[in-house]
Amino acid sequence: MRKSKALLFEMSRSGRQGYSLPPCDVPGKPLEQILPKVLQRSEPLDLPELTEMEIIRHYTELSTRNFGVDTGFYPLGSCTMKYNPKVNEEAAVLPGFAFMHPCQAEETAQGALELLYNMEQCLKELTAMDRFTLQPAAGAHGELTGLMIIQAYHRHRGDHKRTKVLIPLSAHGTNPATVSMAGYDVVQIPCDERGLVDLEALKAAVDDTTSALMLTNPSTLGFFEEEIIAMAQAVHEAGGLLYYDGANMNAIMGYTRPGDMGFDVVHLNIHKTLATPHGGGGPGGGPVGVKERLVPFLPVPLVDQKGDNYSFNYDLPHSIGKVHSFYGNFGVVIKAYTYMRMMGAEGLKQASSDAVLNANYLMNLLKKTFYLPYDRICKHEFVLSARPEKKKGAGAGDIAKALLDRGFHPPTVYFPLIVEEALMIEPTDTEAKETLDAFAQTMEEIARDIDEDAEKVAHGPYNTVVGRLDEVRAARSPILRWKKE
Amino acid sequence: MGGKHYLPLTDEDRRDMLTAIGANSVEDLFNDIPTAVRLQNQLDLPPALAESEVLDHLNSLASKNKHFHNCVSFMGAGVYDHFIPSVIRHITGRSEFYTSYTPYQPEVSQGILQAIFEYQTMICQLTGMDVANASMYDGGTAVAEGAIMGCGATRRSKVLVSRSVSPFYRGVLRNYFHSRGLILEEIPLIDGCTNREALGKMLGEDVAAVVLQQPNFFGMVENMSGIAEAVHNHKAVLVISADPLSLPLLQAPAEYGADIVVGEGQGLGVPASFGGPLLGIMAARDKFVRQMPGRIAGETVDSEGNRGFVLTLQTREQHIRREKAASNICSNEALVALGASVYLAVMGPKGMYEVAEQCLQKAAYARDKITALEGFFLTFPGINFKEFAVTVPGDPAELNKKLLENNILGGVDITSFYPELKNTMLFAVTEKRTRQEIDDLVRVMEGWK
Repeated sequence: MRKSKALLFEMSRSGRQGYSLPPCDVPGKPLEQILPKVLQRSEPLDLPELTEMEIIRHYTELSTRNFGVDTGFYPLGSCTMKYNPKVNEEAAVLPGFAFMHPCQAEETAQGALELLYNMEQCLKELTAMDRFTLQPAAGAHGELTGLMIIQAYHRHRGDHKRTKVLIPLSAHGTNPATVSMAGYDVVQIPCDERGLVDLEALKAAVDDTTSALMLTNPSTLGFFEEEIIAMAQAVHEAGGLLYYDGANMNAIMGYTRPGDMGFDVVHLNIHKTLATPHGGGGPGGGPVGVKERLVPFLPVPLVDQKGDNYSFNYDLPHSIGKVHSFYGNFGVVIKAYTYMRMMGAEGLKQASSDAVLNANYLMNLLKKTFYLPYDRICKHEFVLSARPEKKKGAGAGDIAKALLDRGFHPPTVYFPLIVEEALMIEPTDTEAKETLDAFAQTMEEIARDIDEDAEKVAHGPYNTVVGRLDEVRAARSPILRWKKE
Repeated sequence: MGGKHYLPLTDEDRRDMLTAIGANSVEDLFNDIPTAVRLQNQLDLPPALAESEVLDHLNSLASKNKHFHNCVSFMGAGVYDHFIPSVIRHITGRSEFYTSYTPYQPEVSQGILQAIFEYQTMICQLTGMDVANASMYDGGTAVAEGAIMGCGATRRSKVLVSRSVSPFYRGVLRNYFHSRGLILEEIPLIDGCTNREALGKMLGEDVAAVVLQQPNFFGMVENMSGIAEAVHNHKAVLVISADPLSLPLLQAPAEYGADIVVGEGQGLGVPASFGGPLLGIMAARDKFVRQMPGRIAGETVDSEGNRGFVLTLQTREQHIRREKAASNICSNEALVALGASVYLAVMGPKGMYEVAEQCLQKAAYARDKITALEGFFLTFPGINFKEFAVTVPGDPAELNKKLLENNILGGVDITSFYPELKNTMLFAVTEKRTRQEIDDLVRVMEGWK
């Protein structure tokens, strides 16, 4: 029953309308008088014309053509697709939050400021940092903010020769892209045979041109960098700073903290670790925490407390300035704050504990059938290689499509780059053992299917609303918008 | 323990799973964390709350705030109290959308991909551009990335930005440019608009882009005629920050020669939410698509020839190009863009026009009434869309206090952004304001001082 869904534009009928507005009740002036003709649009706006129910049915049908965490298991590695509690959604739409203007006077926004302040206290404790900005709107935005702060710190000290940022080969793509955006050069650090950062290579790479080391710990391979203390020491001795990419923070809450490991700057992905939804790509939130010596460089404003009164603090003479028009994704921060208040310290630690137990359990099940290049205790995720299956005719991408046919969202595929035909699996803390068992069983079935008829697997999926989509064609002759025939 | 209702593993499960792994305890799974950095105590966080308790707590915080539902708002400066049709929340609240990730697996993400494709189309229809992306974080970051795009497209490193562009956006722009070592120069104002003569003199062969805002920060509709020609004569690109709510009425940026259009899309049915999440708009002419940051959805076909949608032109993006990517953006504001699409579909061409015209008429009505008051005058005479700057006879904060006593969220005090202006406020009047509300505002202002 495969078919395309009509576009809004194809459903449009001239004369239909989906809105209801009261008539203009002020004495109107002739349009020309308040807006000269020359400034007016020459061609009338072309938008679809639809009634409300048509719109609802359109988007309802589209929603059925979409897979979310609420639909089923979503072990997308490094994305921490855990359950998004509904109370968080309720909190964020309270009119006392959702309909506030960012330029309101402080005395009219005390509840919002208190929430921002409370959230900062929670994040400081979670990460062992001294202050946080909640302004970055996403993880990559947090990375950029963090590097700007590091840059401002070095520049303030008159240290202008630090032009390089070190990044392990296993890093997310956002790390090197962020480094370029901040005007730095990337130095790649290889991994050793254990899948950890090669400490000797790191030591050899650090010098007085090193601005920072950006590190995700646990790494994208799901391993804790055991030599973190020596790594931090090497970077600090050379005058560089340590940046913690919090993408994988869900593995270590309550067990260890970036600040205790020696990191100077941290970003968290609250849409991963703190259970706010990903929204089909966003909005997220990427708060950045820093150690004391970097506080003067944080974006303005900070939120300060004096007695029962909360206020914005713009008085940071060395601040990098702003990275967002206002205070970041406040609505997302509300959800993360609600989550932290629901979980408490014990709950958060249990979440990390279960995330790690689930990952190790699932890894243990799957390594019986699939090739596990680095066979050791993992943290919240692990990476299989479908190289053997690829040789039989169906690789990681094909296994992903076969999972779609069986009602699962696939793992992250072809990343990290250091594992050939990578399948990066992160089950998260909110999945039941039965789900993991079912997933493992399905993966075994797919392995058998590949043994029997790899060609068939290589042409899936078969049960989805559309078949395998031609991505090459999309890129070669791009159609990026609908146009009237 | 808090959060038990989110954690399905039972103690029995945990024991069985540990046995299967061959571990004695969960602690064994954390042995790779060196003792020196292991947390010895429990985190010192506030005690866990039950759902009813957490709602009580958040309700009590929310109740301390003033907002558009318990006050009448005349605040603007980039974020507005436009009407939000009920339909939007029902669509963005469908959890198949909001609990999904970036659509890397297109066969199970056709819903969000098609919605993004439709969003891109409607942004193109509004702006007159050829291509739009799936969203940026907000207006400020969209302006910054638009300017950087201009540098990428021209391989030059200097950008001119008008002082009539929102100071909130220029703050972000300055920061992005300073970090990257790009050069930013500000074009001075004349009567609240970009000084065209000064711009002409500042243009040169080293200029990558010129960034203007329409309507500008003071709500004024600038004269754009001839600007694109001047910019293009120097092989630079014209970046326009536009308010999408103005576009049904005002010239589309394509009509006056814009190359890249950015802007804040909050007016398109997005709750103000104390300034975030917002919606960064990014659109451009075809020839700049390779420099465009962020996700783009494109049409293709499946194995049976059915139409379908995928993320495309990904070689611009960080996960493929790494340090050579056009930008580092990964997560965006997709769900907000979905809401904006629903808004545009609901309003349609006529509703959009009506909203724009009501904004224009009501702002003109309020402007005339306020500036007729003794001691109040229009800071910059000219053409306004939905907001205008007023110089008031005293401290704007005091006036706002007086207004607040009457449950009015007054104008935004812009004096700190423009030291040359004294006691100047920006009043925004959307289609939602009634004649009665405007008259009430004017009456309180009249009685002040």
